[in-house]
Amino acid sequence: MTMQAEPAEAQAASGSNRMIWADAIHKSYGRNDVLKGIDLEVAAGEVVCLIGPSGSGKSTFLRCMNHLETVDDGIMWVAGRVVGYEMKGDRLREQSYAQVCRSRTKIGMVFQHFNLFPHMTVLENIMEAPTVALRQKKSVVRERAMRLLEQVGLAEKAQHYPRQLSGGQQQRVAIARALCMEPSLMLFDEPTSALDPELVGEVLKVMKDLARTGMTMVVVTHEMNFAREMADRVVFMDGGVIVEEGPAAELITNPRHPRTKEFLASVL
Amino acid sequence: MSTLTTSTFGKSSRSSDGFTIVKAKHPGRWIAAGVLLALVALVLYSVFTNDRFGWPVVAYYFTDFSTARGLLITLELTVISMVIGMALGVILAVMRLSPNPVVRMAAAAYVYFFRGTPVLVQLLFWYNLAALYPTINLGILGLQFDANAVITPMFAAILGLGLNQGAYMSEIVRAGLLSVDSGQVEAAGALGINRFHTLRRIVLPQAMRVIIPPTGNETIGMLKTTSLVSVLAVPEVLYSAQVIYARTFDTIPLLIVASLWYIVVTTVLSIGQYYLERHFARGSQRELPPTPLQKIAYLFRVHDRRLPVSTKTDQENSR
Ligand SMILES: Nc1ncnc2c1ncn2[C@@H]1O[C@H](COP(=O)(O)OP(=O)(O)OP(=O)(O)O)[C@@H](O)[C@H]1O
Ligand SMILES: [Mg+2]
Repeated sequence: MTMQAEPAEAQAASGSNRMIWADAIHKSYGRNDVLKGIDLEVAAGEVVCLIGPSGSGKSTFLRCMNHLETVDDGIMWVAGRVVGYEMKGDRLREQSYAQVCRSRTKIGMVFQHFNLFPHMTVLENIMEAPTVALRQKKSVVRERAMRLLEQVGLAEKAQHYPRQLSGGQQQRVAIARALCMEPSLMLFDEPTSALDPELVGEVLKVMKDLARTGMTMVVVTHEMNFAREMADRVVFMDGGVIVEEGPAAELITNPRHPRTKEFLASVL
Repeated sequence: MSTLTTSTFGKSSRSSDGFTIVKAKHPGRWIAAGVLLALVALVLYSVFTNDRFGWPVVAYYFTDFSTARGLLITLELTVISMVIGMALGVILAVMRLSPNPVVRMAAAAYVYFFRGTPVLVQLLFWYNLAALYPTINLGILGLQFDANAVITPMFAAILGLGLNQGAYMSEIVRAGLLSVDSGQVEAAGALGINRFHTLRRIVLPQAMRVIIPPTGNETIGMLKTTSLVSVLAVPEVLYSAQVIYARTFDTIPLLIVASLWYIVVTTVLSIGQYYLERHFARGSQRELPPTPLQKIAYLFRVHDRRLPVSTKTDQENSR
């Protein structure tokens, strides 16, 4: 990991309302270069959709934001701090796992396959991290969890186990679980891709409600209608680089780059 | 096809609202059950009419004080050794999945060593530890013990059985940990739950479903393996029986007494295992598995229900 960011730049990163600042992110698996220098800035309160063909590195890039993947080269800033490293003067010291965990409590993530804990009820799923990782009082967390379940329309399912729910319901629980940590950033990795078409709408509705509350969201998705309607900005990735980015309506309806045109033609 | 279904099964009456399903008779099941029951009756008859089994002696010693005390010691050995084995098993399994190769190899070497030698040899080895280290010196604490005083037969037995069991349990626990979807660890990590809590609250409870059935077998195996420590003169069930028949020469009746007690405890353990499995199946299925009685009922259940009209017409449409 090379590190050239000037202290002044660091100041700028924390001083502005920039939530994410990806600076020349490189990542490879063995000899497979997956991310080849990605620069991206996301302002607080912004909703950004990442689109692109399969294997273009969208998930990998997203997972770099909460250190589920380590970055080989370049720097990822989230909420004014370097992801996965502690800055000491001009040195970056790798964080302990405990420190990584502490930073992750502020970043919610929703997975394609929900990844709910099957041995816990819906309510237990939601309450687990706030009580264990944030050590908040059970009564306080329960109240918040029930309010969130209400918001995603699943209050009456609190005592059910995940396997007793439909895919759409499970994903809404997963969103509530992430929100119960009161994160300042939400990452979504194809949250509706594993769902039957008729269940996609209920999850998108929850995400739209969330976007309207001013939550900063980065969403990897193939749902162009969601992107067009909710995204402030759409970023098109291909082959490990950002090919084109711009305001949602503009990029989707009027792409400039031939690869973007080709991709959009294939999904729309 | 549709004409065949009604004509070939002559006895099925066709009513206005659909098909009547004819019961399947399962004659083979009834014959097999009958033959087996007859065999069991024969064996029981022979056993209870042969005086040399010494049933009155069996009855007398079954509740005798020294066998009851032996039973307590057997249970104590089983429980303590299994607890040590499980704790060691979890630690070793986690070590074997560690990213640190030295830690991984240390655990693998432990398993290699303890699985590679018979537990009887290990028991004798621990029992004779004093020959190797006459004094046990815990240098850091400034404590010093006489090995002969510390390594009592009971202590050697617990050490031998527990350490050996740890090696086997580690393989079982490891299989359990590997059975949990990696997405679970990822989700826990993304929520900021640390490694220890992820293991204890997310991974282990789910691994339990895979861990418990073989652990139940291991516990029952351990119950019987404790009889090996009779060679160290630990007065468990078998040794207690041996002490009595050395005096009275009622060898067979006392071996039956010992066997009966092993069977009784095994039965209790099996029932416990069943309900433990049900407990950890929580959330894994939409319905809990059937109880044993329900299972027997299912076996002999005959199909006796009516298909609704819609099923019939669906079938006809699909042809
Ligand atoms: N853990 C890994 N080890 C090795 N290669 C990986 C790993 N994860 C991803 N890759 C590779 O990295 C590339 C990008 O993967 P990534 O999952 O980021 O793509 P994606 O854009 O999310 O695709 P999709 O739309 O199919 O989810 C792929 O070629 C993939 O094979
Ligand atoms: Mg992906």
